[in-house]
Amino acid sequence: MSMDLSEFLDVFLEECFEGLEVMESGLLNLDAGTDLEEVNTIFRAAHSIKGGSAAFGFNHISEFTHVMETLLDQLRSGKRPVDQGSVDLLLASVDVLREMVEGLKTDEAPDDDRVAGLRKKLEAVIASELESGEASPEPAGTCRDTESPGSEGPVRHWRIRLVPGKEMFREGNDPLALIRELKKLGELTVETRADGLPALAGLDPASCHLSWEARLTTAAGEDEIREIFAWLGEEAVVEIASGEASGHGREAQAGPEEAVTEPAAPASDVESKGTGTPPPVPEPESPPEPGKPATKKANGLKAVKSPANRESGSIRVSIEKVDLLINLVGELVITQSMLNQVGADILQEGGPRAEALLNGLAQLERNTRELQENVLQIRMLPISFAFNRFPRLVRDISNSLGKKVELVLTGEQTEVDKTVLEKIGDPLVHLVRNALDHGLETPEARRAAGKAEQGRLELSAQHESGNIVIRISDDGAGLNREKILRKAIEKGLVSEKDELSDERIDNLIFQPGFSTADKVSDLSGRGVGMDVVKRNINDLGGTVNIHSEPGKGSTVTIRLPLTLAILDGQLARVGGETYILPLISIVESLQIKPGNAKSVTGCGEVYRFRGEYIPIIRLDRLFGVRGATEDLYKGLLVVVETEGRHTGLFVDALLGQQQVVIKSLETNYRQLEGVSGATILGDGQVALILDIPGLVQLFHRQIHRPAELAAVS
Amino acid sequence: MTTSNAFKIDSDLQAELGANQYLTFFLGGEEYGVNILKVQEIKGWTDVTPMPNTPDPVLGVINLRGTVVPIVELRSYFNLPKAARGATTVIIVVKVEDGRGGTRTLGMVVDSVSEVHNIPGDEIQPPPIGEENDRGVIEGLATVGERMIILLDIDDLMINGVLGLARKTAEIHE
Repeated sequence: MSMDLSEFLDVFLEECFEGLEVMESGLLNLDAGTDLEEVNTIFRAAHSIKGGSAAFGFNHISEFTHVMETLLDQLRSGKRPVDQGSVDLLLASVDVLREMVEGLKTDEAPDDDRVAGLRKKLEAVIASELESGEASPEPAGTCRDTESPGSEGPVRHWRIRLVPGKEMFREGNDPLALIRELKKLGELTVETRADGLPALAGLDPASCHLSWEARLTTAAGEDEIREIFAWLGEEAVVEIASGEASGHGREAQAGPEEAVTEPAAPASDVESKGTGTPPPVPEPESPPEPGKPATKKANGLKAVKSPANRESGSIRVSIEKVDLLINLVGELVITQSMLNQVGADILQEGGPRAEALLNGLAQLERNTRELQENVLQIRMLPISFAFNRFPRLVRDISNSLGKKVELVLTGEQTEVDKTVLEKIGDPLVHLVRNALDHGLETPEARRAAGKAEQGRLELSAQHESGNIVIRISDDGAGLNREKILRKAIEKGLVSEKDELSDERIDNLIFQPGFSTADKVSDLSGRGVGMDVVKRNINDLGGTVNIHSEPGKGSTVTIRLPLTLAILDGQLARVGGETYILPLISIVESLQIKPGNAKSVTGCGEVYRFRGEYIPIIRLDRLFGVRGATEDLYKGLLVVVETEGRHTGLFVDALLGQQQVVIKSLETNYRQLEGVSGATILGDGQVALILDIPGLVQLFHRQIHRPAELAAVS
Repeated sequence: MTTSNAFKIDSDLQAELGANQYLTFFLGGEEYGVNILKVQEIKGWTDVTPMPNTPDPVLGVINLRGTVVPIVELRSYFNLPKAARGATTVIIVVKVEDGRGGTRTLGMVVDSVSEVHNIPGDEIQPPPIGEENDRGVIEGLATVGERMIILLDIDDLMINGVLGLARKTAEIHE
């Protein structure tokens, strides 16, 4: 029965990456305190990767994983204490393994020398200082090599009952193969039970109706026997009982106790389903209730393979399908708001059915909104997907810099759109590196400053008024404002006469080409970074700013929309046009008080806002719209914030706020400066969504000099 | 598999039938033609949302059943005098290939549509060099009855002329 495995390759790869992540995070936890269950988790992840890669014929992976597994097994059995050396080595191995798995996708062969080198190191550790010397590794690649405690025990008799369940063949398992594996362990007699066999008419040849009972005489331990059945599906019932003296029997049952916490279906249910009739349970000399705990353990092994899948009942769906759904719901929202407008017109005309129509429309609106919220929810993932890499990153970087850092992650379960999540990863890495490199001081410097030697780096995420806010704070030295200002004057970004607020100075580091690092390091200091970070975040429709206190540390705050598909917008009228301003960037909308707006040569008009002079952008002039309000006192000024500075947008009137579905202009046209996209309003008209940072840049270019308005005050 | 095959047969058939068919329209008294396979639909004049800082011929965007579609004023593109929108003014929506494997949907405003002509390839003459309106977007000239029809390479006009996107020249004539 040969099967084309290629279609499962993607699933396998994904499971590999998941396994690698489990291993990595598990290994990082080993640093702190050692729980053997943690080692077990890592071991099982490695084991799954080994089994999977062997099934696909990726021998280089299975062989390498095998060596890792041997070391892990020593750790989990307590034969070897968990120490820094082995954890580091295993982490390095996880990296290599990840490269190997990635290599499968790209058809690139990993660096053989590195793999071989690492493997030698692993083998050296495995062979080293084990008093008993019993763990001499078997030839790699075989499938039953994980020695467990008791595997070298005395020869014992085992009774094994296997009720594989109807699905066995469909899951790709072969009972004969299992029995052959068993036979390799020792002397074996097998009896087939056909009492579950239905009448010929009801027989489904693709289902397994048989069960088996085996007696095995072997020196192998229970774990080793159990491993043979590790790949059986959830339905399968495997009972293993020691047929020897009761002392041994208890020992064998001690194992299942650990696994009792694992979720598992009640054994009895599974049994009756599996065979059709209540099966005779052969349990000579075995301790009470052997079936239950044993079954749980069998399921426990399986549960580890996909705990998330089974508990939450999740399915894998391609992102295209979800996006199509989101688009369709977007259309529905637009149609619904069109209908609402028509409904409002009809109500004005009156008529007996108008009321009923309106009720129906209100219902439709509610349902549409709920549908949209829930559909968008599909794309939401917890931010932990982006945060997960940081424990490792911080550990590696702080080690290489000789700094002591405690990383604190909070709000990891905060959910955010997948696209946002993917695109925020790199900026976050950069900011964390920056904080480690420039923010936090060396232990000596910290001691001298009267702080604890260990620095603290905190990453937090939370929802705030429809946005996600990510903060990266350190308790380091804070920004050196003098140095920043000097550099900014040197670069001509500000002039010497300018009096800048502390906040403005701090946020100068987001300007292009800005780096105050005295020397260029591996990590940061090349001056390409903070501006890229800012641009990436702006591209996502978000904002970033930094707040710093000298000697106490800095906090970078990133504010992002929850999703890129819809936007909370403020509708504004300019002449005959309607524009949409992202609510995220609006600080305040106000009427200009006479005397507060002035015209400054070369800068255009300015407005005094909270003691600061801000430029006024007349949208009608910038966009060439006719028929807009000319008199500043008759329209409205919408104060927006971008890059830590305020700007006033002058509009005729505000029309209301609504969630709009974002449509890209690039689909059929191209990107426009100052416009981030378009949407379709309830009346069917297209309205442009303003890109505030782009708009401000466009404005500054048009008046040909940076509006450093502090100078005129 | 079967659906894409069916689709292929369908589009082959269409190509065979429509390859030589041109939709003609009037613009400033001249008759122009575009390959009918490029035409997605013809719709009446609707209000356009202007876009800031775009070239003059780009009037703005409209909502075409949920898609945001840019609208090009063809008179302005050909430097013809402006004309009032009349009862016959229509928007021809075309689907053009952007030369990168994608397509874009744009609309063009014309004075009025005329008819559909069958013009075999050997009846199309190359445009005379130095022609006033020659911007490299003219596929050729054809004569139907006594009338001359200017056949436009609409892919080139929209992608290079209007959008300013680079396009492989090899693909222009199909």
